Amino acid sequence: MPGKLKVRIVAGRHLPVMDRASDLTDAFVEVKFGNTTFKTDVYPKSLNPQWNSEWFKFEVDDEDLQDEPLQITVLDHDTYSANDAIGKVYIDIDPLLSSEAATVISGWFPIYDTIHGIRGEINVLVKVDLFNDLNRFRQSSCGVKFFCTTSIPRCYRAVIVHGFVEELVVNEDPEYQWIDRIRTPRASNEARQRLISLMSGELQRKIGLKVLEMGGNAVVGYLQCFDLEGESGLVVRAIGTACTLDKLSNPSAALLPACNSPSKDMKEAPFSEDPNPNTHSSGPSTPLKNQTYSFSPSKSYSRQSSSSDTDLSLTPKTGMGSGGSVGKEGGPLKTLLRQQTQSALEHREFPFFTLTCFPMGFLVHVGGVVSARSVKLLDRIHNPDEPETRDAWWEEIRQEIKSHAKALGCHAVVGYSETTSICEEVCILSASGTAAVLNPKFLQDGCLDSCSEHRLEEPSPPSCGFCHIPYDELNMPFPAHLTYCFNCRRQKVPDVLFTTMDLPLEAAVTGKGCLIQARLCRLKKKAQGEANATAISNLLPFMEYELHTQLMNKLKLRGMNALFGLRIQISVGENMLVGLASATGVYLTALPTPGGIQIAGKTPSDISYEQHISNMQKKINETIAKNKELYEIIPPESIDEMIGSPIPEPRQRSRLFRSHSESSDEVSELDLSHGKKDAFVLEIDDADAVEDIHSLLTDAPLPTGFYSCNTEIMPGIYNWTSGVQMFTSVRVFRLNNTNLTNQGLNKIFNDLCENLLKSLYFKLRSMIPCCLCHVNFAVAVPEDELIQVAVTAVAMTFDKDQAQENLKLYVDKTLMKVITENEEQLQFPLELCSDSQSGNPFSPIKGTGLQENAGMHIVPSAQRATSVDYSSFADRCSTWIELIKLKAQTIRRGSIKTTSSLEKASPVSEGHSRLRSTTSNTGCTVAVVKMTPLSFIPGAKIIKYLGIINMFFIRETTSLREEGGVSGFLHAFIAEVFAMVRAHVAALGGNAVVSYIMKECVFMENPNKNQAQCLINVSGDAVIFVRECDLEALPVQPQTSAAQTSSSGGEVPA
Amino acid sequence: MAYSAPDSADKALRMAMELDVFVGNTTIMDEEVYQLWLDGYTVTDAVSMRVRSGILEQWGACQAVLESDTTDHYRTFQMAERLLHCPSKLANQLLFQIPPQRQAMLIERYYAFDPAFVRELLGKKLSKGTKKDLDDVSTKTGVTLKSCRRQFDNFKRVFKVVEEMKGPLVENIKQHFLLSDRLARDYGAIVFFANIRFETGKKKLQYLNFEDFAFCAGQLIQNWTVGAVDSMVEDMDVDLDKEFLQDLKELKILITDKDMLDQHKSLVCTALRGKIQVFAEMEANFKNLSRALVNIAAKLMHTKDVRDFFIDLVEKFIEPCRSDRWVLCDVKAFLTQYMNSARALDAFKQQAIWERYMTVIRSCILKMYHE
Repeated sequence: MPGKLKVRIVAGRHLPVMDRASDLTDAFVEVKFGNTTFKTDVYPKSLNPQWNSEWFKFEVDDEDLQDEPLQITVLDHDTYSANDAIGKVYIDIDPLLSSEAATVISGWFPIYDTIHGIRGEINVLVKVDLFNDLNRFRQSSCGVKFFCTTSIPRCYRAVIVHGFVEELVVNEDPEYQWIDRIRTPRASNEARQRLISLMSGELQRKIGLKVLEMGGNAVVGYLQCFDLEGESGLVVRAIGTACTLDKLSNPSAALLPACNSPSKDMKEAPFSEDPNPNTHSSGPSTPLKNQTYSFSPSKSYSRQSSSSDTDLSLTPKTGMGSGGSVGKEGGPLKTLLRQQTQSALEHREFPFFTLTCFPMGFLVHVGGVVSARSVKLLDRIHNPDEPETRDAWWEEIRQEIKSHAKALGCHAVVGYSETTSICEEVCILSASGTAAVLNPKFLQDGCLDSCSEHRLEEPSPPSCGFCHIPYDELNMPFPAHLTYCFNCRRQKVPDVLFTTMDLPLEAAVTGKGCLIQARLCRLKKKAQGEANATAISNLLPFMEYELHTQLMNKLKLRGMNALFGLRIQISVGENMLVGLASATGVYLTALPTPGGIQIAGKTPSDISYEQHISNMQKKINETIAKNKELYEIIPPESIDEMIGSPIPEPRQRSRLFRSHSESSDEVSELDLSHGKKDAFVLEIDDADAVEDIHSLLTDAPLPTGFYSCNTEIMPGIYNWTSGVQMFTSVRVFRLNNTNLTNQGLNKIFNDLCENLLKSLYFKLRSMIPCCLCHVNFAVAVPEDELIQVAVTAVAMTFDKDQAQENLKLYVDKTLMKVITENEEQLQFPLELCSDSQSGNPFSPIKGTGLQENAGMHIVPSAQRATSVDYSSFADRCSTWIELIKLKAQTIRRGSIKTTSSLEKASPVSEGHSRLRSTTSNTGCTVAVVKMTPLSFIPGAKIIKYLGIINMFFIRETTSLREEGGVSGFLHAFIAEVFAMVRAHVAALGGNAVVSYIMKECVFMENPNKNQAQCLINVSGDAVIFVRECDLEALPVQPQTSAAQTSSSGGEVPA
Repeated sequence: MAYSAPDSADKALRMAMELDVFVGNTTIMDEEVYQLWLDGYTVTDAVSMRVRSGILEQWGACQAVLESDTTDHYRTFQMAERLLHCPSKLANQLLFQIPPQRQAMLIERYYAFDPAFVRELLGKKLSKGTKKDLDDVSTKTGVTLKSCRRQFDNFKRVFKVVEEMKGPLVENIKQHFLLSDRLARDYGAIVFFANIRFETGKKKLQYLNFEDFAFCAGQLIQNWTVGAVDSMVEDMDVDLDKEFLQDLKELKILITDKDMLDQHKSLVCTALRGKIQVFAEMEANFKNLSRALVNIAAKLMHTKDVRDFFIDLVEKFIEPCRSDRWVLCDVKAFLTQYMNSARALDAFKQQAIWERYMTVIRSCILKMYHE
């Protein structure tokens, strides 16, 4: 009995009238936890009852504490008939189980009824007394902290990043149980809500156990989703990155223990502070301070044993001697790096990271997007305790991702996420991430010893290092044009880079970024079972291909060369597939200037046609020019002139030369082809292509004063002011035309998205100048002729004038800040940046100091197709790889994939918290709770994480018309969900939710029956933040209430 | 080739939009759209009015965007409306996150009314019957029926809440409905008029606007109600002080006692000689005017005559003066002198009542006297 849960019911207010005769209510409350129930007295005849109950005490196992929600039911007492339920409040008490999170839950909670919505509020007090449990074989994982944020949370320091954790639990969906035929909709909804809440708790507990086993104490980038598989059941699954986090006692203190080294055996000593802190530290603010971040090579926990052998066999050139590979590559260093990284990661079954933003120096190279998709037929889950099929499905996909990453010469996958789309009995499972090479220092034991040696190694400048190719340039996994990095001129870079992660803060970027979307619909015949799955499998590769073509075209049209936060969603419906790819386009200074788009007509044609072509070409050229101006993209040539040294230094040049001479013909050929900048050709050979070009040009330009991106930070905007407006917008479109063509459908879908964006800009016009950040689109095909698009994003104001003047200055400062913040918060090694800043960037082949950890190294292969399984319909469809190869002359890409996607990428920026707010604070009496999908709040500092918010709600109505139709119904429901999230955060003592996402919004309607139902699942991290100006004024942490939050200019648009 | 969707296609797209919602963490409420909603315009009307305001060109938006935005706002307002019925709820409800200064704006605008509309309703019983006739009022005033209903319901809601409340009327309204001082005063007047049911609809009173009446109501509330005598008295502010009304008939001595009447007249005349333009007319009419004012006082003990208070003032005093072309400052000088001179009448013992009566009469007449 390791815990005591104490609950007190204080009062209610704004209760509904339950007794028509008296216009009053005789309310009482039932408090239930597990199987124990307490009741308050009836407070007669009042809409604002004051129960002031005693403390109800539940003595429970901490396992139950983690799994069960506290359930509070408000009822109206009726002497003669059954008591009427007014509504319920579910409280997740998990935040109370961690000593560093909240200590008490106290506040007003909306009383929620699945049929009537919010009906008044109840004031509740909850506390937990935990007794220490020394049992090693315990089932609970109390105390493991969970974060939705996909970067290291701001008031923590990462001691060790352990790696990937995953888990899934399955159950029967109460909605499909026989009993559902006889119970009321309310009872059914409540059963579902309760079950999902229970399953979430169980899932979290199990993941927590895995984390403890790995020696960690936290999960970062925790993403939990549920799959409503209908008849076949309910799956709740989660992935995350296990870490050992250390709370920063004083976030502004500069001097912290310098070095942490993880021990080899996690079980004996999960992490230990190094006894000899590095004495090199010279002062609080100097970037030269020598600190080391260590990365534990602990083995990832998983049910299945590692199957690395089979993985390796997927790529043909494994096991090649290191000598051979050195000879082939431009420099041996890359190989060494790879060897070390690999050896460290080799132990992990899945070297995946759900993080999207990393501490400086963590990422060495980025290969490109890797993704896998697989179509499955759902069958009934027979034994909920053994969810093996679902596990095997994901296992398969993850293996594929892993092998793709290897093909790209990478050993890790970052910005990793998994999604599903279900229609009837067909399910598309998707996973995607970004293949990357991580710094061997982080992946190796005894990092302290190697510190000095590493200092000699060639450092890649942080602003471009990650762009350098990780793969062997002679055996490129896909056709790409390589050039020398435009930033350092020493290493090769691809011409285009696609990634699922956030833009690294230290990356050198020219101009501003922008949201780029590719949209696509494909009709599909209605079918059943295997035939249906086959049809979908066959369509997928074409969709992927077209989405990529669109993305690439749109990227070029904006004069940019890289995509971040790429998220490709393919949703399946009865008679169509809808694909939506979103990403943030950026001009990376390190990458070559993208060539324009050239239109080539089909062979000799009449004059009017030629004219038409040239008109289009003109329009495209104009658009590119306009976009360059809009996004302030100044060609790097002119920047070079400005900076003044475009020519590499003699030594460097000689090396360049040498590498040329060493390299085969292929390299020079590549360089040659780069000379033709306009090599990107769009062929108009059929109506489709014409359509494509149209859709390219119909993307409405952003209204003046607006920018948008789907990442955490907007490249080119650094001075946020305090205005923050998070919103959700949902649209459902009914296709009336029964015989639609693909083109017609595409146009409708495209217009739907464009108009939605236009509406958002109009709605938020009072916030100008402002940027829509973390724009997250979710598409669904809920019924035959319906397309649903839901967007959640945050609009943030910024100071325009400063943006222009101080841009350059700010970038420098940000870099410095990153460094110092890393020192303070993250303890990452700083040699890299300091070296680059001291202008000593060159010592190419001195990688000998690196420890060679034997192990196998993978030479990426161009024969990627070997890793693909052609077999059954249910498997990924990979034929399109061939397709890509055929078209490779016209389309070049920075990503590799068989069938790709990624459901969600909630990117995060690190070290970006210290943003100045120009708006001053004015007092505010109401407890405001801010919500944002980002991990930070501009102009404020997060001082405490109070726990994860993970809520699931169902709302149903049988009086749709009376509630204002579908729009009225959903509008009210979303507002209610926001209200309940805010109330829970406020009750935890918080004043904001960061990394907020709406993971699910399932809407079903039956207008004929006047009915509708909606399910919403949201999550985020409850935090306390203080405005920076307050922080300066008050050295002591201010009161935990939410009172100090919003400034008058703050969250007040329109 | 046209790249922007033509209007017809645009329309088709809108028709097929099954659902379209926008929900912000901070509830976005556009003041202009709020006003259009309060004014009772339909979404379609509101959209075309916004189009005419040039907002489309300003923001490069299209009609569909405006329609979606307007519909969304209207829905938000409808959802918030029940909270506005009890403004104190707005501050501690959890559904909408609205900054305090915006809450105040929402409430103030919701309870604001059209002067033309309120003028029609002033003094009428706030009953179902009156509500039924609102379409006539709507036609007459040009205020939409929807807006008329909202305003009527506001009047009735405020009336019902403060009717039975103790303490100062305006203060009660202010506290319960969180209105500004000015608006609370106006509601005080409306409630007061509705309670006493003063006649304001007669043709002769048509020239008076709401502001005139509101001022008079303020005077009456301040001086003639029970609460006026002693603010500490915990009683209603909406009813006139019955005792005082009874006492008023004692003022009759001013006109029944011939000596006193003459003495009063000579005092006034002495004081005003050469000071007003209409001295001769005043001198000739003094007894009539005095009789009129005192008779009004004496009649006030009957509820029916209280209702005719304003019509009496106009018929018995204002009209005669106006026909003699008195200017406002002459009226002012006369009334001031008329009131003050009574103090010098030794035989006149009802000084306190006189003062209480005449202060109100004087300021009401001055307000109602439009040259």
